[in-house]
Amino acid sequence: MKNLKQINRYWWLGALALLLALLIWEIVAEVIVRYSFILPAPTDVFSAFLELLGNGTLALDFEASLIHFGIGLLAALAVGIPIGIAMGWSRKFDAFLDPIIEILRPIPPLAWIPFAIIWFGLTIYSAGFVIFVGAVFPIIINTYSGFRSIPRIYVEAAKMLGCTKSRDLIRHIAFPAALPSIAAGIRIATGVGWMCLVAAELFGVSNYGLGKNLWQYYNLHRMDCVVVYMILLGLIGLLIDMVFRYYIDRHFLKWRTGEVA
Amino acid sequence: MGNLQIRSLSHSFPRDDGTTLQVLDHIDLDVRDKEFVCILGSSGCGKTTLLRLVAGLEEVRSGDIILNGEKIEGPNPNIGFVFQEYSLFPWRSVIDNTAFGLEMKGIPREERYKVAEHYLDLVHLTQFRESYPSELSGGMRQRVAVARALALDPVILLMDEPFGALDAQTRNMLQKELLDIWEKTKKTILFITHSVDEAVYLSDRIVVLTPRPGRICKIVDIDLPRPRNRTGAEFAEVRREVLDLINRNCSIQ
Repeated sequence: MKNLKQINRYWWLGALALLLALLIWEIVAEVIVRYSFILPAPTDVFSAFLELLGNGTLALDFEASLIHFGIGLLAALAVGIPIGIAMGWSRKFDAFLDPIIEILRPIPPLAWIPFAIIWFGLTIYSAGFVIFVGAVFPIIINTYSGFRSIPRIYVEAAKMLGCTKSRDLIRHIAFPAALPSIAAGIRIATGVGWMCLVAAELFGVSNYGLGKNLWQYYNLHRMDCVVVYMILLGLIGLLIDMVFRYYIDRHFLKWRTGEVA
Repeated sequence: MGNLQIRSLSHSFPRDDGTTLQVLDHIDLDVRDKEFVCILGSSGCGKTTLLRLVAGLEEVRSGDIILNGEKIEGPNPNIGFVFQEYSLFPWRSVIDNTAFGLEMKGIPREERYKVAEHYLDLVHLTQFRESYPSELSGGMRQRVAVARALALDPVILLMDEPFGALDAQTRNMLQKELLDIWEKTKKTILFITHSVDEAVYLSDRIVVLTPRPGRICKIVDIDLPRPRNRTGAEFAEVRREVLDLINRNCSIQ
């Protein structure tokens, strides 16, 4: 609580830092570098942003990227949560799947791009697949560890109250008890998935997309436009994280207020 | 009706070095219907294990535990359990914690809330029905835990040092409340404690266990009339007698 208040009180320090950074960037770009290809100035970037807005492609890029991201994340949730639950609940399932997961997990998501193209062709699904590979492991690991760290007393209390079947215990006790950990895993997964987006769109799965057009403008040597896309990727990533946190805390974890603060 | 019979119950835990640790040694005990029995013993004497065996949370390997003529072979909603640690589900509100057992039985929401509200009223927590456990004090949490156990209308209530983590004042208040509840609901209660004061205040009978392995050392009838006055001379006299008895017969060798 104390920390939060302090951050709130000194919010203007953060704003000041942003302004200073913009100012220094502008001076370095306009006075020292003076070559927009090497370092476009903030003013160049802003006019490029207005130009791109005028083109009307930004909305289409945003939509295409969100579709790729959505496919990857939904698939990761659909696969990761059940696997994490099964491994967290059953020692046998854990022993069975653990070696496979541990071998696959360190492979960088981008190393899957060749197979993504071979299996799914140049479609939105191959971009989604790369994002899926990035997002699925944090979800599995966090669901698993959330299930493993459920206090035994909750399970025993539930058993004494007539909740004895595995299915009911998972649904009514283990899943809600593990939810904070699962939510943290999904949050990490959205971050990793979003970072895979640029590379996932790089190999030309669609005509639009934030990552796709970032490369497009690089090829056109429009570095001011490249910076616009970089900033948009950062801001949208931040926005997704904030919306996710707000939504999860509000609807699923409100019982934790006061416990963590 | 809640008649509990424990017949030559022994229990041991395996240790890492391959030997076993004997925690209970031939316990024979009858708890009669509507009786309030305290099991008194120092820490490590196996009293929690005894209660967990009765609850069906540990497997009975030697001896028998019989509740109303039926052998205990696993957790059973006829048995209410109040744990020493805070055991409320933190993701459920007070009312949904209290109604949990009824929800598992498939009783519709409105009906189970009605029952749960009755028991919340019994522990004087009606106005906290929408609160989450993290918003409650330790004493309130244990009262909800009592209401939650009672909501299934068990025949016997097992309580494992439920007030052990509370301050003395709260503990005294909850003991009094528990006796009120016991008067109203007429449950059989098997209560574990290491406090002689608590045992004398609450019980009809005190079962004193010896330390490791737990054996029944003495069973003391407490004939003090109720409601008991814990500051009275009579109460002090009985407490002294019980303490004496323990010191003479049941202390650590």
